[in-house]
Amino acid sequence: MTGQTSQNTLDSQDTINIQGNHACALGAVAAGCRFYAGYPITPSSEVAERLAKELPKVGGVFIQMEDEIASIAATLGASMGGVKSMTATSGPGFSLKQENLGYGMGAQIPCVVVNVMRGGPSTGMPTRPSQGDLMQARWGTHGDHPVIALTPGSVEEIYTQTARAFALSEQLRIPVLVLFDESLGHLVETIALPDVAEYENTVRKWASGKPEDYKPYRPDADGVAPMARPGDGYRVHTTGLTVSESGFPTQKSIEVDRAMKRLFNKMEINKDLIESFEDVDCEDAEVVIVALGIVGRAARMAVRELRAEGHKVGLFRPITLWPFPTQTFRKLTKKAKSFVVAEMNSGQMILEIGAAKQGKQTVCGLNRYDGDPISPSQIINAVKEVLDHE
Amino acid sequence: MNKHVIPQAEEPPEQNNQQNNQLENIRDFEIQDYLRLDLFPHFMCPGCGHGIALRALLWAIHDQGIDKNNLAIISGIGCSGRVGTYIDANTYHTTHGRPLAFATGLKMARPDLHVVVITGDGDCLAIGGNHLIHAARRNLDITCIMLNNEIYGMTGGQVSPTTPHDRFTTTTPAGNIEPVFDASRLAEAAGAGFVGREVTIHVPRLRDLISEGLDYKGFSFIEVMSDCTEINGRKNDLGSSSEMVLGQTRTMRPSEYDNNVVDHPFRPNSMNTGVFVKSNRPEYGASYRDMVDDIQEKQKGHSV
Ligand SMILES: Cc1ncc(C[n+]2csc(CCOP(=O)(O)OP(=O)(O)O)c2C)c(N)n1
Ligand code: SF4
Ligand SMILES: [Mg+2]
Repeated sequence: MTGQTSQNTLDSQDTINIQGNHACALGAVAAGCRFYAGYPITPSSEVAERLAKELPKVGGVFIQMEDEIASIAATLGASMGGVKSMTATSGPGFSLKQENLGYGMGAQIPCVVVNVMRGGPSTGMPTRPSQGDLMQARWGTHGDHPVIALTPGSVEEIYTQTARAFALSEQLRIPVLVLFDESLGHLVETIALPDVAEYENTVRKWASGKPEDYKPYRPDADGVAPMARPGDGYRVHTTGLTVSESGFPTQKSIEVDRAMKRLFNKMEINKDLIESFEDVDCEDAEVVIVALGIVGRAARMAVRELRAEGHKVGLFRPITLWPFPTQTFRKLTKKAKSFVVAEMNSGQMILEIGAAKQGKQTVCGLNRYDGDPISPSQIINAVKEVLDHE
Repeated sequence: MNKHVIPQAEEPPEQNNQQNNQLENIRDFEIQDYLRLDLFPHFMCPGCGHGIALRALLWAIHDQGIDKNNLAIISGIGCSGRVGTYIDANTYHTTHGRPLAFATGLKMARPDLHVVVITGDGDCLAIGGNHLIHAARRNLDITCIMLNNEIYGMTGGQVSPTTPHDRFTTTTPAGNIEPVFDASRLAEAAGAGFVGREVTIHVPRLRDLISEGLDYKGFSFIEVMSDCTEINGRKNDLGSSSEMVLGQTRTMRPSEYDNNVVDHPFRPNSMNTGVFVKSNRPEYGASYRDMVDDIQEKQKGHSV
């Protein structure tokens, strides 16, 4: 790295007017991101544009690559060098990143990948919001794999969750996705930048001890193996092939089984660290709305109005979408008779709610995919319809 | 087409002094010092040119005095891509076509490392062609060794962007009708600061070319003509591995012979060897760091 400094570009006490995409960029820098590679695409380009300005100030690297595949490859390359790294994209660009995202998951390389979601499929609606990539975030790359995806619901949360994404990624040696839609990316809000020093201070575990004893994929009790930086004398091999603890390829079934379990165990062991959600009046709610991102805001308003009218309604808003906080969701929604899953797609999170619910509750979808966000009144109407049927 | 005729190798002119130095030098190069011997036996077929190229690369690394702790070998996918695994250094076996993009990130983040990419003709020119031209354009300090065996070796012998006209491959059962890329000229046109090509029959020459590329501050592209003996060779009746390697002198020629050679059977372009380009274009990493220094300097002025 060129002359690293920990100096931040904005004082955390300041109140500022800031766009979601810029908050994402600043949250990254505050968390210690010192490498960004990207390729322009609406509606995420402002993340790159802001980082092109901010990173050189702190001695970091900004590079515009020739495409999104190169961008994530360079991001992983920089991270293998030991630097907190990120790339951001939207729609078609997220599709292009999938293969190398899987490389990062398999080889356990930290990095942050931001997807500012726009209408799809294909080129779709570049300047319109959507939540069409929720399942792609879960299953987009081939093969079995663990995934962490965070879905902030405000400009301030974009800042903190982007910073948190770095911490999770470093701590668990895994690429972490941050998903929000165009409307949040371009929303300007007045916020005080929260203190994210805790996330900045979270760095991956580095190998120590004798090189001949070091195994790059031998997990500690937390399920995560320390990483070795090039130059530190460990001379490690990194590959997308399935490996034994030594880091070299294997096809022995017992070793392959262990390799896959390593990927999933670290998720299970660190479940509490990964999980995050917002619960609005779920405890006694008979109807629970499930919504994330910008839809969570509309749902919060809907809950307020419906409660004022005397209806027992709550909101469950996953902030960590993947892995879905199933156990917590079950605990919190014990009284629920029905769920209304409101999402800006044709029905993706609803599949997870169908799997997560424990009883015979009905699950209704409120779906919108015309390029406009779901409004509070739409949610209120949907909930009332459900209440009428009960 | 005289496929089995092995012509006399043309004697390279006045190489005696050089050869003596090579003999001096060979004594303190122990290839074992640079290999992960516990991974042996290796995967390569008998006579595969990739193994010869590996030796030349390690010898050049030795000659350059590069500390293997600070050496990062980044490779793509293919037989070429698997070669890197055997090197006792920081090795990264990445995804098909993308090693140059990974290397760009690593080198920008860690300018202190020597970054060497090992790639194949399919990896570098087909799926990774876009990354090659942009790496060449940026001129970041990476040494890119492209092992050109004119075939997709690892996947069983399909046509590649450098498969010569009329060659039989599993996907050109009637012979190849596609024109080929001249990889070195492509890299040159895209702006690579250093470009050279060599054959595996001349190991010391190949070593010296790689050594010069490693020493060069900027993007060095080195095309190694490497024989895929098992798959390409058998399918096209190109002879045994030793016949194939000797055949290199028929289809390749050092650039000093340029105006003095008859045309050759397979390649539409004249295939020279040697150093084609060595320029003093600015190296991207240094330019970037200068820019950062300027920005930080101005910022200091600002906050005073
Ligand atoms: C995305 C992707 N597509 C296809 C492949 C299959 N594949 C593996 S190696 C290879 C070709 C390698 O050819 P080349 O780069 O010339 O290397 P060689 O084996 O000849 O040394 C292909 C197509 C892959 N691994 N990944
Ligand atoms: S298939 Fe060809 S390129 Fe691959 S190891 Fe065998 S001879 Fe070498
Ligand atoms: Mg090949």
